[in-house]
Amino acid sequence: MVAPVNAPHIVKAFSEELEQLSADVSAMGGMAESMVADALESASTRDAERAAAVVLRDRDVDNRERVIEKQIIRLLALRQPIAQDLRTCISALKIVNDLERVADLAKSIARRVPTLIESDPTSFAVAVDRMGKVVQSHLNEVLDAYATGNAEKAIAVWERDDDVDEHYNALFRELVTAMADEKSMIEPGAHLLFIAKNLERIGDHATNIAEVVHYLVTGADIAATRPRGTRPTAFDGE
Amino acid sequence: MTAYEKLQAGASVRQETLYHPVEGSYTTKVATKNVTVHYGDKSALNGVSIEIPACTVTSFIGPSGCGKSTFLRSINRMNDTIDNARVSGSILIDGEEVNDRNVDPVVLRARVGMVFQKPNPFPKTIYENVAYGPRIHGLAADKDQLDAIVETSLRKAGLWDEVADRLDQPGTSLSGGQQQRLVIARAIAVNPEVILMDEPCSALDPIATARIEELIDELRENYTLIIVTHSMAQAARVSQMTAFFHLGSLVEYGPTEEIFTNPRDQRTQDYITGRFG
Repeated sequence: MVAPVNAPHIVKAFSEELEQLSADVSAMGGMAESMVADALESASTRDAERAAAVVLRDRDVDNRERVIEKQIIRLLALRQPIAQDLRTCISALKIVNDLERVADLAKSIARRVPTLIESDPTSFAVAVDRMGKVVQSHLNEVLDAYATGNAEKAIAVWERDDDVDEHYNALFRELVTAMADEKSMIEPGAHLLFIAKNLERIGDHATNIAEVVHYLVTGADIAATRPRGTRPTAFDGE
Repeated sequence: MTAYEKLQAGASVRQETLYHPVEGSYTTKVATKNVTVHYGDKSALNGVSIEIPACTVTSFIGPSGCGKSTFLRSINRMNDTIDNARVSGSILIDGEEVNDRNVDPVVLRARVGMVFQKPNPFPKTIYENVAYGPRIHGLAADKDQLDAIVETSLRKAGLWDEVADRLDQPGTSLSGGQQQRLVIARAIAVNPEVILMDEPCSALDPIATARIEELIDELRENYTLIIVTHSMAQAARVSQMTAFFHLGSLVEYGPTEEIFTNPRDQRTQDYITGRFG
């Protein structure tokens, strides 16, 4: 189901503000998405400079979140949106919260890059990169679903959350084995574990956003409408 | 537990309720089937079927000329007073047909009270405004009983403390908001079951409006209230059920919170969000 194209508001400024809000959320999504891409890229190309730049960009995303939140509070107070308009505001509020966390996690990945460059655990970096590609595609598709108001696309991402968990669980086991076999693997292995965990969390945020997009478009709770069977849950190693 | 809470606890309500009422999940106070109203050749209402639960506030919303007031007025046969109005279809209150030949419209209007947009107190004292109905309907045996009815009604309408020491002054000497509460007291005095309100707050300031809204909320414990309003915010604040009318038809009917968060019909969505062209 794709959101019906709404006629513009009788009060034009209100329509413009709502459009601006969605555009700003999408722009923030782009910022968070590129941070994740660059953090992973800096890890695989061993580019410490690029990693450092990702860390710095987190502040821009935080600022963008605050600006968007203010916009939403203003809309709620002055326009008292209802129905689709209310869902637009509430969804934006929830999505920017997830995006801010995604950016934080990308920053956290980037921070580990310098240590990884020193220790050189090449084979595992490839596995992490593969997991990163999956997470990136989820994030990309869910943001696309948001921008185009496409609930089906959101459901597709939501249902593929298992993929990420499977990648994570496999990687977790491999890394633990490698760390047990060889002492020198412990430090880089620990960093890679954290990176994998961060990626798994980014995947969770993409799933959250998928739920919000579904609610935004249909007004219904995705979990209530599509019960999921038994699914792998990410192993926390705790 | 109010009827609405029962209704919420029960099976799914919404549009389906209209056509497939869930037995026993709530008490229906007013049930209409295919109500059609013509003014002369002009059709004002085309076949409205709705079930209104007892002891709830139901709001009727829709653009001007959509038929919501016409429908409201047909519930206590106020359309009888308009010469060229013709009403067909069935309107049941507690299962009794209001358009039945044997129904005395005067008695019906005591059971189904009405409050209008502009407060319309009689040109009499505050006391007489409230006492008039009970007296003509023979509800009080003596002066003491009548005094008691007047006091109780004014208390229920939240006006007693403001007028207790000047009951002999003209009703028209009160402020707009007080007059509206006086009119509500007058409606309550004859022990109605249903109270119809046609934009009861549109002539009032925000404070007086808040008082009336608070009163509406208190009244729903004992009465079924139906309110026509142009204020979306008011419909959202005071009512548990909302019905949206457009071009003489009932478009969507359901729990207010659903209508205001996730309306099913695009026309409802467009109207409540201010997009009607």
